[in-house]
Amino acid sequence: MRKYYTRIDRITGNVATLKAEGIGYEELAVVEGQSGRSLAQVIQVFAGTRGVSTGDKVSFLGSAMRFSFSENLFGRIFTGGGEPRDGRSRLSENLIEVGGPSVNPSVRLMPHRMIRTNIPMIDVFNTLVEGQKLPIFSIPGEPFNELLARIALQAEADVIILGGMGLKYDDYLFFKRRLEEGGTMARSVMFIHTASDPVVECFAEKFAVQGKRVLALLTDMTNFANALKEIAIIMEQIPSNRGYPGDLYTQLAARYEKAVVFENGGSVTLMAVTTMPGDDVTHPVPDNTGYITEGQFYLKGGWIEPFGSLSRLKQMVNAKTRDDHRAIMDGCIQLYAKCREAREKRAMGFEMSPWDYKLLKYGQMFETKLMDISLNIQLEACLDLAWTMLADCFESRETGIRTNLVEKFWPKKVN
Amino acid sequence: MSLIGKIVTVYGNMVTIEFEGIVRQNAVAYCHRADGVALKSEIIRIRGNRADMQVFELTRGLKIGDEVEITNDLLSVELGPGLLGQIFDGLQNPLPLLAKKMGVFLEPGHYFPPLDKDKKWEFTPTAKVGDYVSPASPLGSVPEGIFSHQILAPFNLSENWKLKSLVPEGDYSVMEEIAVIEKEGQTQSLTMVNKWPIRIPLGVYQERLLPTQPLVTKQRIIDTFFPIMLGGTYCIPGPFGAGKTVLQQITSRYADIDIVIIAACGERAGEVVETLREFPHLKDPRTGKSLMERTIIICNTSSMPVAARESSIYTAVTLGEYYRQIGRNVLLLADSTSRWAQALREMSGRLEEIPGEEAFPAYLESSIARFYERAGIVRLKDNREASLTIGGTVSPAGGNFEEPVTQGTLKVVGAFLGLSYARSYARRFPAIDPLESWSKYKGLIDSKKVALARSFLRSGRTVFEMMQVVGEEGTSIDDFVVYLKSEFLDSVYLQQNSFDEIDAVCSPERQAYLFDLICRILEHPFKLAEKEKARDLFFTLTEQVRNWNYSAWKSPQMDQIEQNVLQLLN
Repeated sequence: MRKYYTRIDRITGNVATLKAEGIGYEELAVVEGQSGRSLAQVIQVFAGTRGVSTGDKVSFLGSAMRFSFSENLFGRIFTGGGEPRDGRSRLSENLIEVGGPSVNPSVRLMPHRMIRTNIPMIDVFNTLVEGQKLPIFSIPGEPFNELLARIALQAEADVIILGGMGLKYDDYLFFKRRLEEGGTMARSVMFIHTASDPVVECFAEKFAVQGKRVLALLTDMTNFANALKEIAIIMEQIPSNRGYPGDLYTQLAARYEKAVVFENGGSVTLMAVTTMPGDDVTHPVPDNTGYITEGQFYLKGGWIEPFGSLSRLKQMVNAKTRDDHRAIMDGCIQLYAKCREAREKRAMGFEMSPWDYKLLKYGQMFETKLMDISLNIQLEACLDLAWTMLADCFESRETGIRTNLVEKFWPKKVN
Repeated sequence: MSLIGKIVTVYGNMVTIEFEGIVRQNAVAYCHRADGVALKSEIIRIRGNRADMQVFELTRGLKIGDEVEITNDLLSVELGPGLLGQIFDGLQNPLPLLAKKMGVFLEPGHYFPPLDKDKKWEFTPTAKVGDYVSPASPLGSVPEGIFSHQILAPFNLSENWKLKSLVPEGDYSVMEEIAVIEKEGQTQSLTMVNKWPIRIPLGVYQERLLPTQPLVTKQRIIDTFFPIMLGGTYCIPGPFGAGKTVLQQITSRYADIDIVIIAACGERAGEVVETLREFPHLKDPRTGKSLMERTIIICNTSSMPVAARESSIYTAVTLGEYYRQIGRNVLLLADSTSRWAQALREMSGRLEEIPGEEAFPAYLESSIARFYERAGIVRLKDNREASLTIGGTVSPAGGNFEEPVTQGTLKVVGAFLGLSYARSYARRFPAIDPLESWSKYKGLIDSKKVALARSFLRSGRTVFEMMQVVGEEGTSIDDFVVYLKSEFLDSVYLQQNSFDEIDAVCSPERQAYLFDLICRILEHPFKLAEKEKARDLFFTLTEQVRNWNYSAWKSPQMDQIEQNVLQLLN
């Protein structure tokens, strides 16, 4: 017999308080009233309390949040509370609990396989590794959703799970259309518009245990952190830094740490957009994220910034791709850094040397041929392209690349 | 006899219970969930007939009115042979065994014995029947890997017990009785295992000594400029990406020490996995055995329950104190103490305590101090010296050292190895800032020489800053040479290539030798007319000495390079 409670004592923001008996922590409840039906979690209400009246009915479901886990998930779109968003039926078989315990560290493996995304700035310069967790730090207004959609379309993965937290409706349609057009919808699951995301990684984990290679894409973690902040303040918790709760690190880490590689070949790779208010890396959200993740991509001026971006795990895979990979990676970036110096020199009106002109030419080519995030080129083709570019602009000794590699890869002049 | 209480509040990992009877502060309790699973907890505050507990597991599913079994024991660890080479969680649960029995996820409420109950140890008695037994007096020993592991009498024993019986030489498990002691008609049975509450410092010794003996890490910048002592303390604060964890890993690999305890406290699981998977294949340079044989890992990564993170630091330090008690030199590496402080903050917030700076509890500083104070070098009862050294990393928000955890730590540690983002960005590793860091200890190398070298670093920086304003052409040649000398010192001595097999490990004698050579170059009055020539000369010197660093000790190649360098000085 389900018991209904008809008296809500207090409503503050998204938190409703009531007297009830025999309720478990984190148990799920349903609030039904004049403005419809909404799911609530003990200590947390999901779908907003706007319009909930103190006379609404509340019933508890006797379990924590659960969700159906099966192959039927593919191609579907849900809300964060697990309600279908695509007008199709609800799923009810094989219910699993959401947000369970973490993986035992002693069964993890070291990440060792590259994920090809065919985006040169990632594959060549900051290789993504299976089982890695990487944020995309971005100023609001940068094309981060475009980048995320591109990764979803081009990356090698068995399953793609997309979590849109606080996503605008336009962006939701954008993602939906891109995945449908690209034909990846059949291996994707989308969770859209929610303040709380544990569903996403929970599924990712379950697929990985089955040996699947999962890519989880989240946007935007700052919205998620702000939702935490909102709840914490309503719960009258003492804020620690800029109003964020003291457990922000733990909350973020619990999500990011779902990235894992198992011995059976299954893995979860996690990429999450973190918008930086005011381009400030020391803001609590990007700062705490930086301590948790294995590197970061900086999105700036429409490009993945080559200097601030870092994939900490790239060393584990980029020795195994092609023997010129590391040399090209270092060489191209060093020359591009020099090009920026030359540009500064030009901007300040100093005299330019022939060497500076070479650098400027190279920089221009580098930006259009490799840095553009809308490119779709295989890693090997990228490396070849880089060699051609270098040969177009420089003499081989000017590049600072080791002689044995130059002999092997430097394009022969065709006269 | 345990007491039964009832849950009245559940809030995150804090549970409040109501009880009738006598309850001990910091006692262990078990919350019985409706499905029969018992969750380990600890009582942290008592008010009248209510007690607040921190639960070491996810509290999901606990209900008001659920029963709580309150024991009379404090949160303790088991100490005995078989700890080395193990991987525990913050409550001394063996993780590999847990994975074998429970699968890939850490399901709440499953606890396994930390020491293998079946393994037989080859026990050799050293005490005699009729001997007086006092706390921690030796009864015998067993071989544990590369060490002889002394078996000690309980640490909390009162005086005047007598040994009534002791087993003969033979193989025994940790469960078996090995001795019986008696006093005034009472008898007590002893095994090879001792228990000790983790929040109380463990130490039965004659006296605590002043740390005077350097702990050699084989890292030049540490051993020469910012030395660490056996029994001392140090901290490594730094922003993300500055190489804190890498530095800890290098230290755990190469330090001249008997036992290393790694407390991975609230950091990435990936880093623990790296240690886990690599250490068994790496050789301990001192013994030729696998590095894992001298290592214990206490692992509570960032996604594991927060309360257990708070206790994991104490578990680690208690294990360290135990190995010190049996005569070893132990190094405890805690990564990172900021995560531990955050766990304190979370709990403090739930307890609704009045917050201090950045919402950290007011007792943060004293908690940090109490933790570091457990380090120390001691003279044991049998006159042997043994030590526990503690090194903790700090992860300050935004890389700003003016925050409570860094400041609280700096007050109590003996050495401060501050990592700088600028140095790591310029790929100068280890990225320890040579001008901001300090050490109160005396190192391997004559302090006058070190002071000389440091003066070059300082004046080199001044010249560099000046050059930024007036340009190279506005700088005098003398100043320019000072700058080049400081850069030279930086690149060939402070920086060390951890990927090169030889350069990664720099022995004390090698450090002394190289430092002499470098001081000669620093003191040499170069007579150079042009800056280009000076720059060129120092390029060559740097390249030569760097190659010296890559050459084997006392090899002909090394002598050759030294000759070349000396010629350049003439």
